[in-house]
Amino acid sequence: MIPAIPYRIRRRIGRALFALLLAAILGYTVFPFYWAIVTSLKTGSALFEPRLWPREPGLGNYLAVFREQPFARNIANSAIVAGTVTLLSLFLGITAAFALGRIRFAGRRPTMLVILAVSMFPQIALLSGLFQLIRWLGLYNSLWALILAYLIFTLPFTVWILTAFIRELPRELEEAAIVDGAGPWQTLTRVMLPLMAPAMAAAGLLAFIAAWNEFLFALTFTLTNDQRTVPVAIALISGSSAFELPWGNIMAASVVVTLPLIVLVLAFQRRIVAGLTAGAVKG
Amino acid sequence: MTGRTSPLARRRARAAWLFLAPVLAVLVLVAAWPLAATIGLGFTDARLDRPEAPRFVGLANYARFGPDAESWDAERQGYFVYDEANDAMLLYRAAEDAFYDWDTGAPHAGPVDRAALFQWHGILTDPVWWRSVWNTALFTVVSVGLEVALGLVIALALHAHMPGRGLVRAAILIPWAIPTVVSAQMWGWMLHDQVGVVNEILLGLGLIGERLAWTADDATAIWAVVAVDVWKTTPFMALLLLAALQMLPEEVFEAGRLDGVHPLKMFWRVTLPLIRPALMVAVIFRLLDALRVFDLFYLLTSNSDRTLAMSVYARREMIEFQDLGRGSAAATLVFLVIAGFTAAYVALGRMTLEPER
Repeated sequence: MIPAIPYRIRRRIGRALFALLLAAILGYTVFPFYWAIVTSLKTGSALFEPRLWPREPGLGNYLAVFREQPFARNIANSAIVAGTVTLLSLFLGITAAFALGRIRFAGRRPTMLVILAVSMFPQIALLSGLFQLIRWLGLYNSLWALILAYLIFTLPFTVWILTAFIRELPRELEEAAIVDGAGPWQTLTRVMLPLMAPAMAAAGLLAFIAAWNEFLFALTFTLTNDQRTVPVAIALISGSSAFELPWGNIMAASVVVTLPLIVLVLAFQRRIVAGLTAGAVKG
Repeated sequence: MTGRTSPLARRRARAAWLFLAPVLAVLVLVAAWPLAATIGLGFTDARLDRPEAPRFVGLANYARFGPDAESWDAERQGYFVYDEANDAMLLYRAAEDAFYDWDTGAPHAGPVDRAALFQWHGILTDPVWWRSVWNTALFTVVSVGLEVALGLVIALALHAHMPGRGLVRAAILIPWAIPTVVSAQMWGWMLHDQVGVVNEILLGLGLIGERLAWTADDATAIWAVVAVDVWKTTPFMALLLLAALQMLPEEVFEAGRLDGVHPLKMFWRVTLPLIRPALMVAVIFRLLDALRVFDLFYLLTSNSDRTLAMSVYARREMIEFQDLGRGSAAATLVFLVIAGFTAAYVALGRMTLEPER
């Protein structure tokens, strides 16, 4: 501490430094995406000039991405896979969460341990076994292979998050339902489900984002361009030679698939943070 | 629970298992079965480009001392070896550890130059594997360490009551939401050796004398991977820590402030011990995540022998080299490393199974 400087000035310096810190954090997190947007609007040799805003912004790269490869198809594939996985995980997850969160029964803790353990599985350890299973089921190079495979990581954390939320619902609600003669299924669908909407939104968003972003399984289980999901399509965009990557196209494609996610995340910010923190086990 | 369970409780327990059945069935199909299959394949010589049923080879994919795998002769169930020193064509049967004359099939009587015929094979004797272990360990320690430090700074900054806080909190979610592939491409472009903006900025600041090939150069590639991972995952860390900070009682800090305790001392003596449990959980989650890293190494580096991660090594053996058995063995090792860390953590008793909010 420097006692010679009066308190008010010290306070002001502190505030300025803090503002600088916030600005630095902001720049560090936002700049790469900003740079991707700027690059996607540059064409020709302008691509290689480090300008913060293009002199002649144009949408040429965006048109090129959709013209030069089945990118619209890739987006549709990603939406189908992520949407189906999300719905399946939520449906399976809510019934499991009801059992784990609201019913006391022998074997509850071991079951939770097993589900937690599955979420720790490294994807690579399942790759060759899944590859065999998928070929055996005749699902190689189809979206169903990905839907099946993605349940491995979406299901455990959906169950986990929904269990954390469903435990918080007041006991009286359930007792009233039981007194009224409702069985577990009615209790879940009529009483609990309406109250679980916010939690379902949080868990669903996290599942959707995880499935939308997945790369390793999508890379391994699909073969042809028209079955690929967005991450694989973007990773495999190539130019006439390895040294001439069409960076404008790659950045345009990146912006197209990321913008909806960012809008979603900003709109549901609080839900997502609540879901993330509920998903983590407290020590 | 005592013996007097009511009929209602019993009925509810039955309902619980019924409700759990679909999830457990799916997890057996897509997680337990494939894991068992992977571990099983690791003990065979299965190849993607060979339709015949794989042969059980024990631990040969991990470590084996003997002739080249290519010299295996399926018909005669042994290895064909040519002993140059003694000019003899021999059949080697590993199970009996015995040599036979290739032409006659009679047991070989003369001397054999074993040192020239036998080498170590298998993942555990492969320097490329150990290089990938080193890369993964280095990546894990450095990136998780940086993420904790940066995440703490961001969490503390967001916890302070300052204007612009909401904006920053929203902004740090952006890197988290961006697909890893997109992050890799964006940074790959920014780190481009000829026209990348990072080189441009560092040159402008006079920090480097010439443009560096960050991702193409094996020596700097791993640091590029660390940089992108830190950028992408620090928000997750910061948000978990912020949630922990917000649960702390405000009075503790009021008291400290009134007593004139220096903020730094306050941080080390009060804040850090209080959020330690949450911090440990976040670190463990990130450690397990970092150890299985695949995307960033695969996409950002040149995938040379020197820049693999463990998962990339395993997939390369499996898919690119078509050696399903050896790749599965490597994948099993990745699983064992992560299972070991998880078991150690659970055994240390730091984890409660009840999810709390």
